[in-house]
Amino acid sequence: MDVIEDRLVDARDLMCPMPVMAATKAMRGLRPGQVVKVLATDRGSLGDIPAWAEANDDEVLESGEEDGVFYFYVRKAE
Amino acid sequence: MSHETDTAHLPVTEDDVRRIVREEVQRAFKEDPSTRKAAFAASKGTLDWAYPPLILGSSAAAVGMDTTIFFTLYGLNIVHRDFARKLKIDPVGNPAMPMPVRIPDIVSALPGMVPMASAMMRAKFAKNNIAAIGELLDTAREAGVRLVACQMSADVFGYTQDDFVDGVEFAGATAFMAEARRAHVTMFI
Repeated sequence: MDVIEDRLVDARDLMCPMPVMAATKAMRGLRPGQVVKVLATDRGSLGDIPAWAEANDDEVLESGEEDGVFYFYVRKAE
Repeated sequence: MSHETDTAHLPVTEDDVRRIVREEVQRAFKEDPSTRKAAFAASKGTLDWAYPPLILGSSAAAVGMDTTIFFTLYGLNIVHRDFARKLKIDPVGNPAMPMPVRIPDIVSALPGMVPMASAMMRAKFAKNNIAAIGELLDTAREAGVRLVACQMSADVFGYTQDDFVDGVEFAGATAFMAEARRAHVTMFI
């Protein structure tokens, strides 16, 4: 996918709730429509990041796994 | 009268009513500030039980909720300046605690077992990359979680404002309930 993130959150090796909290902090500094990319190894983030995005009306543009690392591109709500 | 005018004045169907009601309920729900409010009461002062209120409180703030944690009774340990020393775990009477070998309570009750069990738990959590309590406290505050100490409990234990970490407010049970009654999420931990 050709999405380029505006901010990268490296939450690898962090456990619940830290990946979401790190993403929340990053998202606060973004303007509507900007994209944060979250990297996580916590398996719980597979459910947590999409749930977090949905609750805030943000959108998960793409997610997946690469070499044991989960990644999520989340666009801040307009 | 033309056919067109007739259809324009058709009465609303049952489906229309259901749709309108559904939409209105969804809108009301979305606009209800209570759905964006969470209130937790944290009453336990051991190392293990310090985690749930801080994790759930931070997560509530992360999903956009205006969040308060009310620390009452032993829960005050969590926001005490000396939390690192105060929060311990006792293997006695705690059959849920996994131990490398089964140790009878009479042995667990010996001096030194509480610090040992507490150190073991901290090490196990650290090994699994679980945030320490201090880190979770900072995270909660940074996310805008209100940390409120129960005034009555603080008085009973002889604590003053200076005994608590920065940012802790004081309030009574009624003030907490006045908050909680407007919160869709309330939990007693």
